[in-house]
Amino acid sequence: MTTITLPKCAIETLVKICAKHDNQPGELINILHEAQGTLGYLPREVQEVIARQLRVPVSRVYGVVTFYSFFTMTPKGKHPISVCMGTACYVRGAETILDEFKRRLEINAGGVTPDGQFSLDSLRCVGACGLAPVVLVGEKVYGRVTHAEVEKIITEHAEKSS
Amino acid sequence: MEQTIKLQIDRKRVEVPRGTSLLDAARGIGIRVPSLCYMNLQGMCITNLPASCRICAVEIEGRRNLAPACSTRCEEGMNVTTTSARVMNAQKTVLELILSDHPTDCLVCPKSGNCELQEMAARLKIREIPFKGASSNRVKETSPSIIRDMNKCIYCRRCEMMCNKVQTVGALAAINRGFDSTISPAFEMPLRDSGCTYCGQCVAVCPVGALTENDHTNRLLEDLANPAKTVIVQTAPAVRAALGEEFGMPVGTPVTGKMVSALRALGFNKVFDTDFAADLTIMEEGSELLDRLSRFLAGDKSVALPILTSCCPAWVNFFEHHFPDMLEIPSSARSPQQMFGAIAKTWWARQTGVKREELVVVSIMPCLAKKYECARDEFKVDGDPDVNYSLSTRELASLLKRANIDFNALPDDDFDNPMGESSGASVIFGASGGVMEAALRTAHELYTGKKLENVNFENVRGLQGLKKATVDLNGFQLKIGVAHGLGNARALLEEIREGKSEYHAIEIMACPGGCIGGGGQPLHHGDSNRLKARARALYAEDEGKTRRKSHENPYIIKLYEEFLGKPLGEKAHHLLHTSYFNKGKEIREQ
Repeated sequence: MTTITLPKCAIETLVKICAKHDNQPGELINILHEAQGTLGYLPREVQEVIARQLRVPVSRVYGVVTFYSFFTMTPKGKHPISVCMGTACYVRGAETILDEFKRRLEINAGGVTPDGQFSLDSLRCVGACGLAPVVLVGEKVYGRVTHAEVEKIITEHAEKSS
Repeated sequence: MEQTIKLQIDRKRVEVPRGTSLLDAARGIGIRVPSLCYMNLQGMCITNLPASCRICAVEIEGRRNLAPACSTRCEEGMNVTTTSARVMNAQKTVLELILSDHPTDCLVCPKSGNCELQEMAARLKIREIPFKGASSNRVKETSPSIIRDMNKCIYCRRCEMMCNKVQTVGALAAINRGFDSTISPAFEMPLRDSGCTYCGQCVAVCPVGALTENDHTNRLLEDLANPAKTVIVQTAPAVRAALGEEFGMPVGTPVTGKMVSALRALGFNKVFDTDFAADLTIMEEGSELLDRLSRFLAGDKSVALPILTSCCPAWVNFFEHHFPDMLEIPSSARSPQQMFGAIAKTWWARQTGVKREELVVVSIMPCLAKKYECARDEFKVDGDPDVNYSLSTRELASLLKRANIDFNALPDDDFDNPMGESSGASVIFGASGGVMEAALRTAHELYTGKKLENVNFENVRGLQGLKKATVDLNGFQLKIGVAHGLGNARALLEEIREGKSEYHAIEIMACPGGCIGGGGQPLHHGDSNRLKARARALYAEDEGKTRRKSHENPYIIKLYEEFLGKPLGEKAHHLLHTSYFNKGKEIREQ
């Protein structure tokens, strides 16, 4: 027998989210979205609980989680950094901005710093092409970001935490 | 009246029922539009239509783009071309793209000679692969039954369809996206942790070498060449109904006699029959049914009913993984393969003076789950398995070809005794409903004490997913159910769990049609006519036998007299019964 353990409150939260959607397998994406919004990420245990509630194989849940880049199985940092790599941002140098974040934080895209403060991702077009290149930290938007500003952005948020 | 649609395909007029695909319409008039991902299991009313391979592209007048014939429905007045230069060039490009990241190790691929992709490359005359791109580098996974080499996968998703829609096991799904996508268990865990039952239906439909069986041919060759070993073989009922297909015989040709000759020619010391052990299974399972029934009728409410058959190892894996709360319901009788091994390595070994460590028991099975079953720890004595390993029907056929045996020219021969003798009841184990019919023949006589004149229980035969029958036992109406395919089994189990089951006894086989459609058989391609022909071969062999009830097998009678004592007795319990394990998942609060 395989035993999967999860804190009681997390199980209760997931059961509630699934019930809100009538435990409908067709609602899987919405349920995953809410679960990630509440718990921060979607580790195996969370996917197992959702699969059990919806009565679908966990392989299907995992298939959806790994298909959409929005879903993550690793916890995000306290300050999740997203660099837009949409066409407009890309042609205005988003790649070098991303590289600078990687160099300064010493992590790759998709990674989290060991202290859990920052995570780094790239995404496709936030719809603010006039501000390209765009960087998001949590909900905060930075436009026309330059190479030199990367360090400033990191420091700003690191100080907020301390 | 059903509405029909008229259209033209390659300047031929054709009229088809509404809803027909262009592919089916074209094939209906002899136009062989190529396909790879498409699969139509008519017998099970299931079609695989991901339209993912795009090889079936055709041109439709008035449409700008080519259309996939498999998933485009015929429309009134359509004018379709399947042979224009544009279509043929597109098909070639599609195939070149599929091949651009496909390994080119065809010469050493286990699927070579039986691969739909290889055949397509020959048919479309691919002479070079102009696209040089990345290739995936996934680790090959070996399980006791199935080998997954996903670098060879072409994403047709047939395996996913069998695993999810037909078998409802849900071990495999499409994961990741883009170039990283693949078909895999959740969290990329190994098959053994995924709830996979090893039924092998994914292997049976894989068009390429991505999913193949764990081949034991070389182990067998080594053992046969070792003078210190006594190597004996048992053959499952369904093998004889399909082996001939691998040698060009018409589907449904029974080849029992030739198969025995061939195995003898390979050098086995004794050629025995799993059918003997099937008769033994009926003695034990039938007695267990009667025991549970009589306790139930005497008012014992704790008796687990319905009783479920336990011959099928994929089915056993299925309930251990997916219904671990119901482990007391199936019969505790081991499968015929394992009963054979247990008796061969005790009774027969003692009789003939062969030491256990020198005796190798090999089985030829229509099944891939049998490979896993014989490796289960509970079927070992001091680490030595009762059945050393199992080869599939396909593995046997390829070994016979390699051993220069002209199968079609072989004379018929008989099995060795004592474990080659069998009744007609045991032969039909290979078809869905056969185990139940065999059990009824014996249980009826044991229960009523009267001779059963008509031994044919037609109601439980055939390819219907779920079959029901009521049998009169001295006024008691015994209700039986028969299911094949794990999806059908799941429905019955859920009924039992909810307390709504009307049955006293249920037979379940994991594969479509029972063992005749097993994952180790010559590929059935979802063709139900093929399954029906194989079943007919088994029922004909049953009809031809003088003894058609398991308890009339003289060597079974002798085995109980000399060695086992009574059915369900202490020795029988030790050697012929087993217990089941909870392999399910439990979610616990931390």
